[in-house]
Amino acid sequence: MKKATAVAAVALLYVLHQDLWFWHDARPLVFGFLPIGLFYHAAFTVVAAGVLWLLVTLAWPAHLEPRRREDTKGVRSE
Amino acid sequence: MIPALVVFGYLGVVLYIGIFAFRTTRQSSGEDYFLAGRSLGPTVFLLSLFGTNMTAFSILGASGHAFANGIVTFGLMASSSALVIPVCLFAIGTRLWALGKRHGFMTPVQMFRDRWECGHIGTVIFAVQAVLLVPYIIIAVMGGGTVLQAITNGYVPYWFGGAIVSTVVMAYVVLGGMRGTAWVNALQTTLFLLFGTIAVFVIGAGMGGFREAMEALLASPATSPLLTRERISPRYFFSYTFIPLSSIAFPHICIFCLTARNVTYFRKTIILYPICMLLIWLPSVFLGIIANQATDVPAIQTKLEARAQLADQSTTLSPADSARLRAQAAGDDVILRLVDGYAPLWLAALLGAAVMAAVMASDSQILALSTMFTEDIFVFYQGARRFSPAMQVFTGRVFVVLVTAVAYAIALRIPQSIFDVATQYAFAGYSAMVPLLVAAIFWKNSTRWGALASTLWTAASVGAVAIIQTTIAPPSPGASIVVWALGDEAIVTRGATGTFVLGFLPVVPMTLVSGLLMVVVSLATGNARPGEATLRRYFDH
Repeated sequence: MKKATAVAAVALLYVLHQDLWFWHDARPLVFGFLPIGLFYHAAFTVVAAGVLWLLVTLAWPAHLEPRRREDTKGVRSE
Repeated sequence: MIPALVVFGYLGVVLYIGIFAFRTTRQSSGEDYFLAGRSLGPTVFLLSLFGTNMTAFSILGASGHAFANGIVTFGLMASSSALVIPVCLFAIGTRLWALGKRHGFMTPVQMFRDRWECGHIGTVIFAVQAVLLVPYIIIAVMGGGTVLQAITNGYVPYWFGGAIVSTVVMAYVVLGGMRGTAWVNALQTTLFLLFGTIAVFVIGAGMGGFREAMEALLASPATSPLLTRERISPRYFFSYTFIPLSSIAFPHICIFCLTARNVTYFRKTIILYPICMLLIWLPSVFLGIIANQATDVPAIQTKLEARAQLADQSTTLSPADSARLRAQAAGDDVILRLVDGYAPLWLAALLGAAVMAAVMASDSQILALSTMFTEDIFVFYQGARRFSPAMQVFTGRVFVVLVTAVAYAIALRIPQSIFDVATQYAFAGYSAMVPLLVAAIFWKNSTRWGALASTLWTAASVGAVAIIQTTIAPPSPGASIVVWALGDEAIVTRGATGTFVLGFLPVVPMTLVSGLLMVVVSLATGNARPGEATLRRYFDH
C-alpha cells in the first residue's frame, strides 16, 4: 500500500508536469520578476524532491542492500 | 589576460587531481581503475553523477535556448529531467548497482550478454552505443578549442586549444581512471553551482534589477511570447519528457551507477537531484531570457537585430544569408556576453573556469568508451584468462589515448554542425534503448532476439531521422513539409525546429516502438529464453 502510494505520487507529478493551465500566461510575476509558468516549473522541481523522498522512504528496494554482518555471521554459524 | 590565467590554473588543478587519484589507485585492479573500486562515498557520488549528466549544454546551451525560446526551456529540459532521471536511478540504477556488485559487471553489455546468454548480439548493442557516444567526445574537443581561443583573445589558436584540452582530459583519465574522473566531476558540479548563483546576483545588480527588465520584456510584442509557451504545442512539450530517459541508458551513467560503495548512497542522490537541477538550470534559463533586454551590450544587440531581420525577411532571404543571420542570432554565448557587459573581471575569470569545466565534461564518456572497448570487445573476444587485470588496465589506458587522439583528429577536419545533429538524435537513440535495460532487469520472458530487434530499430530510426534532417531543408517558422502521409493524415513532417511524427518528437515513437518490439519479438522467440540457472541469478532474491 505504501509502495503504491509513492508510485501514484510519482505518476501524478508526471501528469502535473503538463501544466496546460499556465500555457498562455506570463502574469502574475512571482516575486515581481518570475513569470508564473517559470515559477510553476521551479516549484515543480522542489515538489519533485519531496515526492522522491517519499519514494525512497516508502518503496526503497531494501532487498538490494547487502546483508548485515550479523546476518552473515548467523549464516556462517549454521 | 586574468581569465586566461584562471582557466590555465583550473586545468592545472584537474591535472593534479588525476595525479593524486593515480597514487591512490591500485594499478593491477580493473575494478579500481574502471569503477573506482566500487567505493565512491555519498557526496562524491551525488556531485559526480550530477556532473556526469551535465554537459556544456547545461550552462551555455540552456541559456542560449532560453534566449531564443523563453521560459519553455526550463519545463522542456530541467523540470522533466528533475523527475524522470531520479526515478530511473531509483528503479534501474539501484538494480544495476546490485547486479554489478553480485556478478562483477563493469559495463551494461557485459550484463546483457550474461542475462540473455548471447555474444555477438552484445557486440551489436556495443556498436550502437559507441556510435551514439562518439559525437559527444568530438564536440567537447571542439568546445575546448573554441573556449581557449576566445578566452585568450586568439593568442591560443583553435587547433592548439583543442590539443591542450584533449591532453589534459586524456592525462587525468589515463592516470586517475574513474576515481580521478569522479573527483573532477564533483569539482565541476561545485563550480557550476557557485557560478550560477553568483552570476544571477551580479548581473541583476548590473542591469539595475530584474523587475524593470521583466516588465519591459512583457511590454514588447516581440519579446512577451518568450514569457509564455504560446509558441509551442503541448505535444512537443510532452515529447520532451521522454528525452531524460536517455540518461540511464548512456553507458557512462550505467557504468557510474556501479561505482557507489553502498546502494543506500542512491537515496541522497535521488532526493537531491531535482534541487541540483533547480540551482543550475534556473539561473541559466533566467539569464538567457533576461538577456533579451540587455540591449546596451553591443554583442547582444547584434544578436537581437539578426533575429529581427530573420523574422521580418524570412521569405526573401537567400539560404546563405539565412544561415549567416542564424549564426549571428545564436545565443550560446549570451551568459558570456552578459558577464562581459555587467560583471567585474573576477567573475569573468570564474566564468572562464566554469565554462572550461562544462566543455571538459567529456571525461566520463571517454572513460566509458575505453571501458567498453576493453571489456566488451578486447577481453570478450581475446578471453579474460589470457590477460591479467593489470593488462586490462593498461589496455584501458591505451584506449583512452586512442579515443582522445581520434576525436581530436576528427574535430580538426569535420564541421561541428554535423556533430550537433548527431548529438541531438543521440538522446532519442538512448531513450529508445531504455526498454533493453527494463526488460533485462524486470522481465523474465525477454530474449536476446527481442533485445536485437530493439537495438536495430534504434539504429534504423536514428539514421532515418538524421537523413530527413539533413536532406530536407527546414521550412520557415510555422510551416511544415509532409514527408510521409497516410491518406489525408500527415504522419511524418519536417518543421522549422525538427522532424515530427503525428506532432510528437521522434523520441516518442522511437521509444514506444522499441518497447513494443522487445515484447513482441521476445514472446515470438520464447524458446530462446535463458536457462533457469541464469534466470535464478537475476530474479530470485
